[in-house]
Amino acid sequence: MKVMGIVFSNIHDKQMPELTTNRTLASVPFGGRFRLIDFVLSNMVNSGINKVGVITKKNYQSLMDHVGSGKYWDLSRKNGGLIVLPPYGSDTGSSLYSSRFEALVNISQFIRRSDEDYVVMSDCDAVCNVDFSDAVQKHIDNHADITLLYRKTTLDGAKRKRTVIETDKNRRAVAINVSGKMLGEKNVLTNMMVINREFLLNLIENAGEMDINSFTQDVLIRGINKYRIYGYELNGYFASIDSVANYYKHSIELLDKEKRDQLFYAGGANIYTKVRDSAPCRIEDSARVSNSLIADGCIIEGEVTDSILFRGVRVAKGTVIRKSIIFQDSVVCTGSRLNCVIADKQVKILENRELSGHPTHPYVIAKNTVI
Amino acid sequence: MKKKKCIAMLLAGGQGTRLYALTSSVAKPAVSFGAKYRIIDFPLSNCTNSGIDTVGVLTQYQPLILNEYVGNGEPWDLDRSYGGVHTLPPYQAKTGGEWYKGTANAIYQNLHFLDEYDSDHVLILSGDHIYKMDYSKMLSEHIANKADCTIAVLDVPPEEAPRFGILDYDDKNRIRSFEEKPKKPKSNHASMGIYIFKKDVLVKALIDDENDPASSNDFGKNIIPKMIADKMAVYAYMFSGYWKDVGTVTSLWEANMDLLGEHPLVNLNDSSFKIYSRNQALPPSYIGENGHIENSIMTAGCEVYGTVVNSVLGEAVTVGKGAVVKDSVIMRGTVIGEGAVVKFGMIDENCTVENNCVIGDDTSDKNHIALIGRGRTLAPGTVVKPGEIID
Repeated sequence: MKVMGIVFSNIHDKQMPELTTNRTLASVPFGGRFRLIDFVLSNMVNSGINKVGVITKKNYQSLMDHVGSGKYWDLSRKNGGLIVLPPYGSDTGSSLYSSRFEALVNISQFIRRSDEDYVVMSDCDAVCNVDFSDAVQKHIDNHADITLLYRKTTLDGAKRKRTVIETDKNRRAVAINVSGKMLGEKNVLTNMMVINREFLLNLIENAGEMDINSFTQDVLIRGINKYRIYGYELNGYFASIDSVANYYKHSIELLDKEKRDQLFYAGGANIYTKVRDSAPCRIEDSARVSNSLIADGCIIEGEVTDSILFRGVRVAKGTVIRKSIIFQDSVVCTGSRLNCVIADKQVKILENRELSGHPTHPYVIAKNTVI
Repeated sequence: MKKKKCIAMLLAGGQGTRLYALTSSVAKPAVSFGAKYRIIDFPLSNCTNSGIDTVGVLTQYQPLILNEYVGNGEPWDLDRSYGGVHTLPPYQAKTGGEWYKGTANAIYQNLHFLDEYDSDHVLILSGDHIYKMDYSKMLSEHIANKADCTIAVLDVPPEEAPRFGILDYDDKNRIRSFEEKPKKPKSNHASMGIYIFKKDVLVKALIDDENDPASSNDFGKNIIPKMIADKMAVYAYMFSGYWKDVGTVTSLWEANMDLLGEHPLVNLNDSSFKIYSRNQALPPSYIGENGHIENSIMTAGCEVYGTVVNSVLGEAVTVGKGAVVKDSVIMRGTVIGEGAVVKFGMIDENCTVENNCVIGDDTSDKNHIALIGRGRTLAPGTVVKPGEIID
C-alpha cells in the first residue's frame, strides 16, 4: 500500500484576509513557532507518507521560504519528498484556478506520473495531530473510492457554510449537504480525505464528459450513489482556522495543557517546523511571565500574561502584554500596554502605546507596522 | 577534486573525568550546555561561520551519543557532498589497531583523512571550550606570516597561568618559547589549544613524533615545543573575547551562568554568528499561572509551574508546582517534582527528581555543585547535600 499526499496551500485565504495579505493560509504562523502547513505536513510524514505535493496559487513566496527543500519534515527525499506545485499558466492565457477541482486538473501530470495507490488530500486550515494510516486502512477495507474525514460538531445555525455527511451504520455516505443554517450535532467534513489515485485521475481526465466543475457538488453530492464514498470520524484535538476570531480562540486555547499535549505529543508524534537556530529565550529579573507560551530567541523584561510569544520577540521593561499573540521578531517598547492584540511579524510598538481588542475581535497589526 | 584551503580536525575523544557523573556515559563534547546546546556545537558552528566545510571529529571515549548527535552534520550545514563532517574513531587495520595514545597520535592515525582532502592547511580544535571565534581571520594571519604553525593565544589572569600552556613571542608575534603548565609562568599568554598547521609540516611532524619512542604524542607537550626548538616559523594569533575551558564542574556551571543577565558574556542572539544545534521538534515553553521565572534562560518544550531563578533549563524540562530551582542547570528532559528544591545543582538529562526532594542548599556555592547523573530517579523526599555527586 503506497500513499501520497496533496496539500492545498491557499484554498481558504479569503476567510482571514488580515493575516493572509502577504502569505498563503498555509504559512500563517500558529502556536508560537509553527506555520499552519506544519501540522498537515507533519501528520502526513508521521503517517508514513513520503511524497507530498503542495499546490500553490498566489503569494507563495513566504511558503517556499518556509518549506524549502522539505528537510525539516524529512521530506527532502530522492524518491518523492516535498514537491511544490506552482500555478500552471498556459499560452492560451487562461487564468489561475478558481476551484479545488480546477487546481487538481492543473496538476494532472503530477498525479498521473505518481505510482501510489492512494492519495491523502488536505487543506491547511486544520490544526490537529492525526495519524492518517488508520483512515487509509479503513478506506481499503471498505473498497472505498473516497473516504471523507469528519468531526462531530454542534452547529448553531451561524451563517458560515458547512458540508455535512450522513452515513449508514457501515459509515457509507448516504447524504452530503452544504448549508449555512444547520443546527445541532452534525458530522461536519474537514477538508481532509483519502481518495484512490486512479479514481481521481479518471475524474480529472474525463471532467468534460462527466461535466465536473466542483468537487463537492459534482463528485461528492451528485456521485453519492454512483461512487463508494465513506466517512471516517476524527477524534482528538482539532481546530479549524477559518476566521481571525477562531484563529485567536484556538491559539489562546493552547495555554491549556491538555490541549497542548493532544496537539503536540499525541501518540508520540511530533509537529515539525523550520529550524531557525534562535538562542534560548531569556527572561530577565524585571520580567513577570505567567500562563504564557514563550518561544526561543525571546528576551523578556516586562509583564506577559495569558499570551503567546513567537521566536525572537523583545518585550521591554514596564510593558504589559495580556491575552495577546506576538509574531516573530516583533518588539514592544517600554510602557506599552497590549490587550487582545495579534501583532504580525516584525511589528514595532513604540513607547507608551495602548492597544486593545476583544477576544472575538482581536486587534490585528499588519506585518512590519510601526505604531 | 578541487583542493580545500583548510580543513579542521576536532579532538573529541576526551573522557572529561573532572566532570564526574556528567561524563559517565557520554564524551565531554556531548555534554549539554546553555539550554539547547552541547559543547561541540561551539567549535562546529565556529567552523561553519568561518567558511570551513570539512571537519574530522576524532572520537574515542563513549562515542555513541556524540556520533548520533553529530550525525550527517546537517544542523551545522556540514552535510556536504565533498567535505562535511566525518566522525573518525580508532579502527583496526591490517597491521593491527590501537586506541588513540594522545592528541597527536589521534591525528597521526588519520593521516589518510588529511591526504584525502590534501588541504593546504589543517586547523586543530578541541571539543571542550565555549567560545565564538572566526577561524578565517586566524588563517589569514597564518598565511600572511607564512607560518608553519599558528597558535591562538589569549591573555589569562596571571594567577591562572599555571593551568595553561604559556608562551612568549617577539614583536612580530613569532613564538620564542612554549611551556605546558609551567609552575613559574614567564607570561600570561596562554595557548587556547587551537592550532593551524601547514598540512605538509603537520604530516612530517606527526610521523617524526610517532617514531620517537620517548614522546607522549601530545601537541602541547611534544609537537609544539619541538617545532619551536627546531626554529620553525611558529606564530601566535591574538584572540580577545569570551573563551572558557569547561573541563570541571565549577567551570561548566560558571559558563552556563555566563549566559544570563541583560548583557551576557556570551551573546547567543547575534544573527550574523549563530551557534547551531540539533533541535527536537517541540512546542514553545509554557510558564504556568503560578510559575515564576527570573534571570534565567530556557528553550523549547519546558513546562514551568514553580519558581526558577538564575538558572538554565534545557529542552522539555518540567518544574512542578511549588518547586524552586535556583542557581542551577537542569538539562533536557528532566522533571523536577512538586515542592522539590534545587540549589547550586547540575542535573543531567532525563532525570526524575520526585516530589519534595532537596538538592543542595543556601550554604552551597560554585565549588560545591550537587551533580545528578543522566537518567537517575530520586525517590520522593531524597536529600542531596551540597557538592554531593549521584552517578
